[in-house]
Amino acid sequence: MAAAGAVARRRGPPVYSQKNITSKKKYDFEDILEERRKASDLRYAMKCYTPVVYKELSPCKPSAIKTVVLQSEQVQYVVRQLSKETGESPDIIQEEAAEILDEMGHSMHMGAIRFFAFTLSKIFKCLFRSICVNEDGMQKLQQAIQEHPVVLLPSHRSYIDFLLLSYVLYTYDLALPVIAAGIDFLGMKIVGELLRKSGAFFMRRTFGGNKLYWAVFAEYVKTVLKNGYAPVEFYLEGTRSRTAKTLNPKFGLLNIVMDPFLKREVFDIYLVPISISYERVLEESLYACELLGVPKPKESTSGLLKARKILSEDFGSIHVYFGQPLSLRTLASGRINRCPFNLFPRHIPQKPSEEVQEFVSEIAYKMELLQIENMVLSPWILVAVVLLQNLPAIELELLVEKTVWLKNVTQTFGGFLDWPDNLCANKAVRSALALHSNIVSLVNGQVVLNDKEMGPGAPEELVFKQALAILLCGSYRNQLLNIFVRPALVALALEITHSSRKEEIYSNFAFWRDVFSDEFIFFPGIPLKDFEEGCFLLTKCDAVQVTPQQVFVTEKGSVVISFLTAMFRPFVEGYQLICRYLSKEANEAFTEKQFIFGVRSFTSQLLEIGSTQCYEVLSSDMQKNALASLVRLGVVSRRKMNDGFTYSVNKETLNKIAGMLESRIPVRKPMAARL
Amino acid sequence: MAAAAGGERNGGGSDGAAQRRLRILSGHLHAPPGTQLSANPCRGRAATAPSAASQSRVFPKRRQEILKWNGWGYNDSKFIFNKKGHAEFTGKRYQIGGIVFPLLKEWLEKNLGGSLEHKITPRASLNISEIPPSIASEEFLQDLQMTKIPYSKEAESRVFRAHGHCLHEIFLLREGMFKRIPDVVVWPECHDDVVKIVELACKHSVCIIPYGGGTSVSSALECPPEEKRTIVSLDTSQMNRIHWIDEKNLTAHVEAGIAGQDLERQLGESGYCTGHEPDSMEFSTLGGWVATRASGMKKNIYGNIEDLVVHIKMVTPRGVIQKSCQGPRMSTGPDIHHFILGSEGTLGVVTEVTIKIRPIPEYQKYGSVVFPNFERGVACLREVAKQRCAPASIRLMDNEQFQFGHALKPQVASIFTSLLDGLKKFYITKFKGFDPNLLCVATLLFEGDREKVLQHEKQVYDIAAKFGGLAAGEDNGQRGYMLTFVIAYIRDMGLDYYIIGESFETSVPWDRVLDLCRNVKERIARECKEKGVQFPPFSACRVTQTYDAGACVYFYLGFNYRGLSDPMRVYEEIEMAAREEILANGGSLSHHHGVGKLRKHWLKESVSDVGFGMLKSVKQFVDPNNIFGNGNLL
Repeated sequence: MAAAGAVARRRGPPVYSQKNITSKKKYDFEDILEERRKASDLRYAMKCYTPVVYKELSPCKPSAIKTVVLQSEQVQYVVRQLSKETGESPDIIQEEAAEILDEMGHSMHMGAIRFFAFTLSKIFKCLFRSICVNEDGMQKLQQAIQEHPVVLLPSHRSYIDFLLLSYVLYTYDLALPVIAAGIDFLGMKIVGELLRKSGAFFMRRTFGGNKLYWAVFAEYVKTVLKNGYAPVEFYLEGTRSRTAKTLNPKFGLLNIVMDPFLKREVFDIYLVPISISYERVLEESLYACELLGVPKPKESTSGLLKARKILSEDFGSIHVYFGQPLSLRTLASGRINRCPFNLFPRHIPQKPSEEVQEFVSEIAYKMELLQIENMVLSPWILVAVVLLQNLPAIELELLVEKTVWLKNVTQTFGGFLDWPDNLCANKAVRSALALHSNIVSLVNGQVVLNDKEMGPGAPEELVFKQALAILLCGSYRNQLLNIFVRPALVALALEITHSSRKEEIYSNFAFWRDVFSDEFIFFPGIPLKDFEEGCFLLTKCDAVQVTPQQVFVTEKGSVVISFLTAMFRPFVEGYQLICRYLSKEANEAFTEKQFIFGVRSFTSQLLEIGSTQCYEVLSSDMQKNALASLVRLGVVSRRKMNDGFTYSVNKETLNKIAGMLESRIPVRKPMAARL
Repeated sequence: MAAAAGGERNGGGSDGAAQRRLRILSGHLHAPPGTQLSANPCRGRAATAPSAASQSRVFPKRRQEILKWNGWGYNDSKFIFNKKGHAEFTGKRYQIGGIVFPLLKEWLEKNLGGSLEHKITPRASLNISEIPPSIASEEFLQDLQMTKIPYSKEAESRVFRAHGHCLHEIFLLREGMFKRIPDVVVWPECHDDVVKIVELACKHSVCIIPYGGGTSVSSALECPPEEKRTIVSLDTSQMNRIHWIDEKNLTAHVEAGIAGQDLERQLGESGYCTGHEPDSMEFSTLGGWVATRASGMKKNIYGNIEDLVVHIKMVTPRGVIQKSCQGPRMSTGPDIHHFILGSEGTLGVVTEVTIKIRPIPEYQKYGSVVFPNFERGVACLREVAKQRCAPASIRLMDNEQFQFGHALKPQVASIFTSLLDGLKKFYITKFKGFDPNLLCVATLLFEGDREKVLQHEKQVYDIAAKFGGLAAGEDNGQRGYMLTFVIAYIRDMGLDYYIIGESFETSVPWDRVLDLCRNVKERIARECKEKGVQFPPFSACRVTQTYDAGACVYFYLGFNYRGLSDPMRVYEEIEMAAREEILANGGSLSHHHGVGKLRKHWLKESVSDVGFGMLKSVKQFVDPNNIFGNGNLL
């Protein structure tokens, strides 16, 4: 523990802010749709748009940027290199590079932007009640854009994230970002081109082996960034989170954008974490289906048109929170040994050193934690949490009462709650239920999940429907898990530890933290700090007392502890079930696909006969995370084959870990005890 | 080059250099052709009687008799604001003496927030009672007396040798006092005297700090405050003879205490020069150049000091180190000269040097090129370096420095000249579309026989044209070089008006030059703001040397410290930050100023632990008792 402490100290500044800023933040939001409902959209689309620009910007056209990229030493180097390796003439490779760039490059065009400004105004007004933006964040961003190149790092929950963000920036007269988007968008007719003209550039989802692609792509991003031509925007999470849990970060693009600073080609770079929270996510049902193995529809324009029926639905509010721009220079100060950068020509692609990789990873996690911290939570999220602990039905009155209780806990934990203070709790909950009437219904004063609409069917169909409803609901509960995970894992550790000795509790905590580090975001390498943060928050709501040697649950604290444990039970049980599956069924090497299929049929059977209630284990997200976690824990070993990875179980370790996972967790109705 | 290193600074001196400067200055003077100015500084003996006997006493033992005790250069030479409020240079020593610079005041006000109303009047002379008393060991002095080598415990002489020309040192002279200064100053007159002194020092365990021209800008001359032993300042200025000139091999054997200007003048009398012209050459000495790895303005033709020396004799506590022959290159293990070059007085005293000489070139020509921006200018210099056709000197000033240089334009004599200037300006900014706030100027100096110079000139201007450069005349070139030798005098004037300034340098690979310049300037601006400097700082840079693989970059930094309670601490923090930035941008710790005590903090990082250990073990062997205890480098 002491060693862990030392590590934490070495890493310098605290990662989790322990101050309660919730109430202050709230009133700074401005609804940008309000203005749109009053004034002409056309005039808005045609408004004079003169964003502030980077102070050292030398203006140039997108085509000029392409030329710069193709002529850059970096790309030229790789072209020559490949020519040497393959014997191909450099001209042909150069041609190829030009093609890649054409496929990828954006061509921001004012006309397209104005088109979007107009149509998006119409669409957003149909779909959403409000789009709330924190104004102080916008001001800071405006300042930042002038000073140094800026990287925008939004959370990713929906396809509309990047349109929304560009729309917000346009509204505030800020420079539109150049956006890294998946190449699948290009498959959409017209829309793909429109997106490109609004500033999107497209990257192939996988280009690991393609050196030329990587070189062109990296140089393109760096050129745009270095010249301060436009803010660069991408998603740390890499893809939309289907579960609303923040996904573990991808480092590729972050590596690229940090490179110009690490090589001192620019003085500094600002990183801006942006949290976009949807009261109701457009793709909510799609995600749930996808998680249950119904394949994701391919992006197509006709698909988009079919989706227009959603225009008649109400998706509530959106909150966009622009975090404080962080100076990469400040973050890197004293962290990076400069020598390696000085000893290597800057234009030759170089694998980042371990030190740099570690730094990049820390930055990525830090930014994601900031995203989580600034994510606005709606009342519905609290309702979903309570509901999932009280299936199949709960009385409305009880639901309201528990929701209000949870609201207080959430605020104590620093959750950024958007609670309608002007409404009584009952109305607030009812309005949340109304907005999500596709998930829940109020029947005779009882709140129930909509899982039986189609009447009785085959058992597997029932299981599927039930799972669908629970996953749908779960995707809202998960938003709370992001910020509850530290105290909740302490709670879990308290429940399974037989003594109150801090050290034992910590070791159990560390175990669960390790197991779940693919599910939730933890700053790498500082479990002790996470533990202390968890204890601190539990102390704050009087659930525990912490002494230098011990942690006690207080009398009234047991309610909190049980509630938190119950919140995370689906994950604990899910992992237990998966281990059980592995010990019983998986005797030979298997692929991930086989694994998912196997777990699914194994657990479906259990659900059908009712021997478990853990529907969430059917989620492919949990299955994949569990597999990754088990690989990390050495339970499953992974081997690279020609056609992907194969896995095999290490029975001995499995038994050990399964034993630890199965540690006694008392099953009782947590809230009943209190009420 | 603003603050001088142990051997860096330019001035009026040798025939070649002086004549060149004369041409610069007469350009500003517009004096009638009849009143031809003498190229030699008016320094009595040396200038009037070129006999060997009188030449050997160029700098008196009491240097304060002719040099400022609290600033740069000669007592009679300084910038002042005259009654009309115009800047003017005093004295007759330099050709700019008596010349008025009408634009300087405005520049100072505009760029540094300086004001003639806010003046500090520094104390007129040393306060003897403040000076730390000498704690010289009596036994040592008795033995020293026996040797008949001149020495002194006079307070002023000791203070004079307690510092170089770092900003904080000059500031301290004006406003405070050093904690520790030498206890005794000795003036050996030949190699054997030095041997005797070092023997006595070893016998009595005394600390020796060699002193040459006193132009260090690395805190190299400061006495370590914790030094309890007697500190002897060994002033080499009286060892200034040329022993012989070997015309067959083109070498000269010279005592190491000779100042640059005297060396060049005396060689000049025989038709030769070394061509080594650091900006401090008026005062810095041959031994100082060797001890700091100095670099000269014209290194493109003559090479840096390490290329120039053929043989070095150094007295160490272990004895005398030297090579047994004067072969032009040897493969005899690591070159022992490289233990000496850059040793900064930590191993011993350089007493005699055999140095390469060249016939004085037949023809010299200045030139300048205007570029639309700094980027283009750097690209041009890079190309020149690539084609290996750099003139004797090629320097690229950034826009800030160009404007500063412009502020040093002397009063224009005729309407015609000012009209001409106006036309030139119009042509460049309006006709050619150069932005006056972006353009930058390269200054050039060509040397050689006339035909080749003209040919060479054309080649360089052709390259420049490819990068958008326009030839901008000899005048601008000359003024550029003038800036480097008056800058230290200007700093002294700034100090009277709450303006502190300093310069520092680095060397860096070509591809990082631009990024380094931009980032360092930005870092300076940012640090100044953070540290509460009330006025925007002046930070400017100049690419002063080109090499095959990189360039030397020189920074000027100045700011107005009104409103700061501890300007020196603020300044030092800013310079530290700037150095950190340089290192982070792939620049070196120093190109030619040396490490001294100012930069030793970074030496280990710069040369790796093993490299540092090597240096340490050499020191350990050569000087186990740390007789040469100035505390530089390690």
